[in-house]
Amino acid sequence: MRKKLLTCFMRDELTLYCEKSKLSELRLFLTDVLINTKLSEINKNQIILAVEEVCANLIIHSHACNPNDSIMLDVTQDKHQIIFEIKDSGKAFNLLEYQEPQLSDVIKEKRKGGLGIILVKKIMDSIEFESVGNQNICRLTKCLNSK
Amino acid sequence: MLEIGKTKVDQHITLKLEGEVDASNSVELDMAIQQLLGENVDKIMIDGSFLEYISSAGLGVFMSYLEDFQEKGIKFVIFGLNDKVKNVFHILGLDQLLIIKDDEEKALDVLYEG
Repeated sequence: MRKKLLTCFMRDELTLYCEKSKLSELRLFLTDVLINTKLSEINKNQIILAVEEVCANLIIHSHACNPNDSIMLDVTQDKHQIIFEIKDSGKAFNLLEYQEPQLSDVIKEKRKGGLGIILVKKIMDSIEFESVGNQNICRLTKCLNSK
Repeated sequence: MLEIGKTKVDQHITLKLEGEVDASNSVELDMAIQQLLGENVDKIMIDGSFLEYISSAGLGVFMSYLEDFQEKGIKFVIFGLNDKVKNVFHILGLDQLLIIKDDEEKALDVLYEG
């Protein structure tokens, strides 16, 4: 759903059910959200990837791929920045407290996870995390014309 | 949606990836590589010319086999990645750990050198 308010900023929302197969829908939604930005294709892909990584983590680790659970994605953009608010309820996964692995450990331990959070931290300009009661919000901000 | 094609030419096997690799299907890529390890192949190429997208789940699969490739003396080369996909490898510095070439010819040079 897209709401245009006073032509200053745009807002889009998506409800994402907690199944890994929904990630491709998420990418289509994000592609559409970013379509009118002046970002390069490489930057658009990076942003789609970072948002997907956070959502995939929640789907898999916080919600154990339960298709009855859902997470809410709220995107607000103006000419300076795009803010992605990813909201869910349940066990909180605080990105900021997560100690991402070293690449050498990833190789040695043959672990297939942990790379996603490194990507998110490298791609986004700011990552905030809030947990109020049962509701968790992960807020990713990308400044336009940056990084 | 991911399709994995497998062809054997000379002494190498090429896995052609078509579509998108994410957390929903990275296990398919994992199984395809695992299977090759069981076939005692020592030269493997990944044709990424038709790979549109890769997330950390897919990157993690490649990373998890680096030690196996080294221990078993398997040469492993990726080629044909588009700019968006190549950039994702670059963000994590994986282009320093994996051999990534622009096209098949250069990839073959690596597999059959020496």
